Amino acid sequence: MPGNPLPDAEQLLTALIEQMRPAVGPDTGLIGIHTGGVWVAERLHQALKPKTPAAALDVSYYRDDYAARGLHRDVKRSEIPFEVEGRDLILVDDVLYTGRTIRAALNELFDYGRPASVRLAALVDRGGRQLPIAAQFIGATLTLKPGQNIALKRDAKGRLSLELREEAK
Amino acid sequence: MWLHPSNPQLDKKGQLHHLLTLEGLPAEILWQILDTAKTFVGTKVKKVPLLRGKSVFNVFFEPSTRTRTTFEIAAKRLSADVINLNVTVSSQSKGESLLDTVDNLSAMHADMFVVRHGESGAPHFIARHVAPDIHVINAGDGRHSHPTQGLLDMYTIRHYKKDFSNLRVAIVGDVLHSRVARSQIHAFATLGCPEIRVIGPKTLLPAHVEQLGVHVFHDMRQGLKDVDVVTMLRLQNERMQGALLPSAQEFYKYYGLTQDKLALAKPDAIVLHPGPMNRGVEIDSSVADGRQSVILPQVTFGIAVRMAVMSIMAGNK
Repeated sequence: MPGNPLPDAEQLLTALIEQMRPAVGPDTGLIGIHTGGVWVAERLHQALKPKTPAAALDVSYYRDDYAARGLHRDVKRSEIPFEVEGRDLILVDDVLYTGRTIRAALNELFDYGRPASVRLAALVDRGGRQLPIAAQFIGATLTLKPGQNIALKRDAKGRLSLELREEAK
Repeated sequence: MWLHPSNPQLDKKGQLHHLLTLEGLPAEILWQILDTAKTFVGTKVKKVPLLRGKSVFNVFFEPSTRTRTTFEIAAKRLSADVINLNVTVSSQSKGESLLDTVDNLSAMHADMFVVRHGESGAPHFIARHVAPDIHVINAGDGRHSHPTQGLLDMYTIRHYKKDFSNLRVAIVGDVLHSRVARSQIHAFATLGCPEIRVIGPKTLLPAHVEQLGVHVFHDMRQGLKDVDVVTMLRLQNERMQGALLPSAQEFYKYYGLTQDKLALAKPDAIVLHPGPMNRGVEIDSSVADGRQSVILPQVTFGIAVRMAVMSIMAGNK
């Protein structure tokens, strides 16, 4: 898009990898949140190479807006192929906004066990938090106008990019 | 009216509000249910908080153990509160009308009714009369429909066969009295199954069944030739008294699924049965317990399918 004011997602990813490198050991569990967070977590996993396999969480059954918005059309199965109990975990999402998705993810995670610690990595923090949640690793902080949203996209080659979306009035 | 004008199961947006029959349900909704069910199969965490605070009433006007239990498990794994009502032995025997029963249950703040009734159409009747925010699931009505059974059969077949577009399927036995068979036929057709066969004696096949788009066979050996899926129906003992059949032994001889008849199907054909089975009447024990039987997985998948139906419906306004 010409005049795209958004940063390059691949550059943000590189920055995020370098920030996280000292914090990720061989036993650290990286858990991506569907859908964009899973893409970011996969890339972090390739770069940081923990021994623990990458995990994916779909928080649809834990969301607080189910009563208002219903079930998501395309729910995925959560796959955590390692023991959560006692492990240091990093939750990974693409865009951190209200914090409600992270609240849902934490609730789901604790149904699997009691981790030693949970930290949060986000490619973009766009502010607007409605819950006391903060990320420890952030690719970039952006300020958006009301009614604007950003979404992460992945092309056929696996390259990530950010897209600005104006909310329909 | 807040429901879809042409289909009382759907809301104005075309989303599932009640599940009464698979007939006329769009393929998109069937696929959504099957896809969602997959997220509940084989998970490490069995229970999710989705329906916390909701009340699911299992209202059974006809006895059932398996169906009622699997609905109960499904609702509990979604964190709903479950109330089981066996109406045959309470109000109805005291003369209360169906609508009075439903009104009373609604006054107890139910969010969802799971209804089984001996009369075809009873769940439709209830769905038309409940408050707009209450959802109704048909758990089997008369000879008409048993949609969640049809869906779990589709889930099972998709699990083993991946795709419906190349399948030859056979439904065998008492099709006339079977709500399961009707549900299966509608689901197979909607999901794009190219060849649906029904096999049974003339007295146990509905008149003009071929108008549903199925091929009719009275000779089981011919009908089973090269099929991918065999679904056996329960022969209800009470039918024996209606002069529809000479005897269970004779039925077994001609329409019981034995190893030698199954050998006519494709070598990798799977065998389904909705339960409860009459061993030695419609199915031989060696087949029911054999390598091609998927009868127990059907039960497991049935819970996931019912969880999917409830999750999707309860979220639709």
